[in-house]
Formats: sequence, C-alpha cells, structure tokens
Amino acid sequence: MPSRIALSRLAIHATLIAFAAFWLVPLLVVALNALRSTEDIAHAGVIGLPHELMWSNFRETWSSYCISQHCDGIQPYFWNSMRMVIPATIVSTLLGALNGYSLSLWRFRGDNVVFGIITLGVFLPEQIRLVPWVIVLRDLGLFNTISGLVMIHIVQGLSFTTLFCRNYYVSIPQDLLKAARIDGAGFFRIFWRIVLPLSPPILIVTVIWQFTGIWNEYLYGVTFTAGEQQPVTAALIALSARLSDAPQYGEQSAAVLLAAAPTLLVYLFGGRYFLRGLTAGAVK
Amino acid sequence: MSALAIRDVWKRYGAAPVLKGIDLDIDSGEFAILVGPSGCGKSTLLNIIAGLDIASQGTIEIGGRPMNGVAAKDRNIAMVFQSYALYPSMTVRQNMTFGMECRRVPKRQQIDTVNRVAKLLQIEALLDRKPSQLSGGQRQRVAMGRALVRDPLLFLFDEPLSNLDAKLRVEMRMEIKRLHQRLGATIVYVTHDQIEAMTLATRIAVMNHGEIQQFAEPDTVYHRPANLFVARFMGAPPMNTLPARVTAEDGRLSAMLDRDGIRLPLPTTMNAGAYLDRAVVLGIRPECIAEHNRRFEDGAVLVEAPVEMTEPTGAETIVLLRLGGHDVLGRVAPDIRLKPGERARFALDTRKICLFDPVTERRIE
Repeated sequence: MPSRIALSRLAIHATLIAFAAFWLVPLLVVALNALRSTEDIAHAGVIGLPHELMWSNFRETWSSYCISQHCDGIQPYFWNSMRMVIPATIVSTLLGALNGYSLSLWRFRGDNVVFGIITLGVFLPEQIRLVPWVIVLRDLGLFNTISGLVMIHIVQGLSFTTLFCRNYYVSIPQDLLKAARIDGAGFFRIFWRIVLPLSPPILIVTVIWQFTGIWNEYLYGVTFTAGEQQPVTAALIALSARLSDAPQYGEQSAAVLLAAAPTLLVYLFGGRYFLRGLTAGAVK
Repeated sequence: MSALAIRDVWKRYGAAPVLKGIDLDIDSGEFAILVGPSGCGKSTLLNIIAGLDIASQGTIEIGGRPMNGVAAKDRNIAMVFQSYALYPSMTVRQNMTFGMECRRVPKRQQIDTVNRVAKLLQIEALLDRKPSQLSGGQRQRVAMGRALVRDPLLFLFDEPLSNLDAKLRVEMRMEIKRLHQRLGATIVYVTHDQIEAMTLATRIAVMNHGEIQQFAEPDTVYHRPANLFVARFMGAPPMNTLPARVTAEDGRLSAMLDRDGIRLPLPTTMNAGAYLDRAVVLGIRPECIAEHNRRFEDGAVLVEAPVEMTEPTGAETIVLLRLGGHDVLGRVAPDIRLKPGERARFALDTRKICLFDPVTERRIE
C-alpha cells in the first residue's frame, strides 16, 4: 500500500514538473537569447546556449536602440509606462475601495443593481470599448496622451477593484459600523479610521492586479498613442517591426525582459500577499 | 421622570410587521430588560431606540426630547453590542476615545475620562493592547468602557453576555448589576436569557411576536404572569400548565385536574367565581411541587404520582412526574432518591397557583 501511494505521488509530481517546465521554456529561451549576439543566434538557431555573455544587449536596448527613427532605446517608453501605471493603479484602487465600502456596508435601495452594472465591466471585452473611448478621448482632447491612458485604466479598473473590495468588506460585521455611527463618525471618517486600516490584504491584491494588468495592456496603448507617447508594450512591437535589416533577436529579447521586469518583480515580492489576500477575510 | 418613552412603535418589513404597536415608559435610573425568544423583535426595538433603524410608525422620546429624525450620534446614548464591535485596528485606549474625538472633546478631558473609566472597570493594564490580544471577558469590559466614557442619558445593551462562557457570564452579570447600582444609569438591556432578566432588571418587558406581553417588576412577571406565554417563558424550568376545571366545595373554589380528579384549593384572593364549572388552564411553578414531607405554610395538598425521570443538579433534583395525565416538573430536595417508574408522594403548594383563560390565555386575576 505505501509504495502505491508513493508511486502516485511521484506521478503527480512528475506531471506538475513537466507542465511547469513547459510553461517556463519561452521565458528561458528569451532569457538565453538576451545574452547572445545576433551572429550567434543567426548561426546556431533561436534555441541554444550563449557562446559568450552579451550583457551589452541590455545596455543598448535600454538607451540606444533605434525604435521608429528614435535611437534612445526603450527607456523613454518604459518611463511612459511608469507615468501611466502608478497614478492609474493608486487612483483605481482607492476609488474601488471607496465603492466597495459603500456598496457592502452602506446598503441602499438598488445597491445590488449598481454593483451588478459596475462588475459587468469585468466581462466586457476590450474591443467593444474601443470606439466609445475614441470619442471620449477626442472630446476631452486627451488623444495620444499618457493622461488619456491613465483615465481609461482608472475607469476600467474600477470594475475589478470594486468587485475585490466589496467582496472583502462584506465580511466586516455591521455592528462595527453601528458602533461607529453611535460614536458620531460619518461616512468618510468610518472609511479612513476603521475600514481602511483593515484593508491591507485586499489593497495588496488590487494593487498587484491593477499594476500587472495596466502595465501589460497593449491594445489601448497602440490604438490611442503613437510615437513618443507610447507605453513600453506598444513600443516593443514597433521595435520588432524594424524591417530594414536582419532581426536582432539578442537586443529584442533583452527589451522583452526589461519590459517584463516590473511585473515579474511585483510578483516575486508581492505574490505571497496576493495569494494570502485572495483567501483572507477582513475580521476573523 | 421618564427617560425613554416609546409610543405605538410599528416596524414592518414589506407586509410583515415585526413590531406591532409597542408602548413603553422607562423611568430614569431604571434597568429595563427586553426579553423574549429569538425573532420576537427585541433587537429591532433596541436598534430603533438607538436610531440605527427607523420605525415604520410611532415615536420615541429620550429624556423628554422627540427623537424622530435625530441621528444615532445625536441621541445621547451609548450601546454595547453582542459582538462587542471593538474597532480591530485601534488600541483599547483609541477605542474608548474614538467617540470623544468625533465629538471634539478636548484632549485633556479625553485622557481623564479614559483613566477614570479604565480604573472603574479595572482595565488600566489593557489600554495599549489591540482587541485581538484580549480574552472574551476583557473585550466585554472594554466594550462597556467605550459606552461608559460617554456618560449618556441612556445605555443600550444588546445581548452583551451571550458570547461569554457560563462562568464568566455569571461574573459579568453581577458586575453589570453593581455598576448600575453605583452609577444609577438608565439601561435598556436586550436578552433572550430569562435568568439574566430576572437577576438584573428593575422591570422586565417580555416580548413575543412583536408585542409586549407584560412589563412589570421581576417578581410580578414571575409570580403573576400576564398570560400563558409569559408563564411558560419565564423560569427555568418554566411554569407547568395543565388543563383543569373550576369547582366549588364547602364554599371554597378549587381547581380539579382533568384526568385524575386531584383537587387543588385556589388562593382566596383569586376571583375565579366566573369560571365555576368551566375549563381553565392551571399553572404551577416547579418549586411548588416538592417531596411529601416538605412543610408549606397554610397546608399543602398531598398527591401520589408516578415518577418518570429525575435530573439531580446537586442543589436540588428536578423530577418529571405524571399529573393530570401530563408531564409535570417538580423540584425536590437533593437527598431524596426517587426511582423512575415508582410512585411517590409529593406536596403541592397551592398558594401561588395561577389560572388562565383557555381562550384568551390571560391570567385570571
């Protein structure tokens, strides 16, 4: 009997490791190519070990690689993404917390309908929303600006952040609110002093979720911005579309890694809290 | 002076009424207890008094001031919750000062008040701890402390002891009573535990189905219950109720149990003449059924009845016997060893017998 259990254990682990390896292969190929020279890749094929470590790929791709006539590397686009992702993440998370707080703890007539409409946004495909956003951005004069993208990501992020926060806050006992109301606290004071201090687990989840989603977003980036205003995801495409000479896989791979670094780092440092926060209740 | 006046308060959720015309007057310094089974509307009534819920109809006055449209924070009340509802992210001290902070009480005065109340409740050592670091009993104390820093017109307690274990509950019960005697505060206290009601209250309001069944001193509620519901709800174990018939013998009225013809003379103060030869429901408390040689003044009635079961509690033994074809509980001295199945003689104290109208279920005066 024990040996049979051990055997099935082994089978499970072998399967899991195989799938994990399969998943990691693309990352591995990109990581290896980022350290290979273009000649090496052209000579030995896309899959292979580096002959010598070309750390210069990273430096070049960061600051001097040419993307659509600008030879500043991906650096400016990387900072564009930062200027987009930081305000969009903070504002959408705070507004989502405020929404979730009022929807879960200050029940009003029709609150579930409002909640339903907000969360409908989670299920709407991006493509459907393109045309309305074109009109909004045009009318507000925010076409081809980072601010326009920030606004889009705040509004669209609200669906997710509201959903997360509302479902977290419903586990806060109503008695806590009643006690605070008798103590004389109003809507915002209760939010700041009582609800927000209970929120770090869910705020970490929404911040990671929003940061990753907004950083990796591509469709709006290429649709609503061009040239110097593009976020790094859109710039990556422009970079690979350089038709004039042979594909420079080494630099391009380095660019991909650099563009992916922030979300990878967020996951490495925050992933633990993310998983913990998703399963946590507000008050035990 | 009336500290709290409730006039014809109704509460409906949709079509279903939860409170059906509640009228109550609670005097200043009174410890009033709302007691009843779950779902009787007692917590809803408390929330309406607090301003946390809105009555569908009727008025509430606190300290003579009408409270319709007045927010909870402006009613000059303090409330202690069953779950304690301590703010988890604040220390005990912050929990106690939060209300004063909202009301912009000067810092100096906040500190003095917290120190005074902490001393009164003996929680000085806990002031810098978070609620999660406290035991159930300590949380309970802090919850009371948070109410006491306010010095309100009215304290509201919503089942404050029901999350404590049995031993702690008895301790805290005594402590709350002592606190009330010391502060002379007006308290409205909700509980489903009729022992808490009996031990703490100056007056008890027994509620059922959204109505007040009786509002009176504990002694009156216990010995002269207004109706069958109150008789069966109050007391542990509750009052025995048996079908009987009023008969007259030698010019004195007695109640004859339906099945075995046992006659129990009625107290002379009772006006049961109108019920002569009519069916009634007889109520007798378990402590009025004792072992045969117990001395009751004014003569006891001796009956013989089969013993069904016994429950020794140490201080006394609860005995289940058959009387008038019904199961009836009695309380006998602990050293009496009765065996299930045997017939035994019991002494019945008839002075506190109650009779109820079988249709209206009201007690016959």
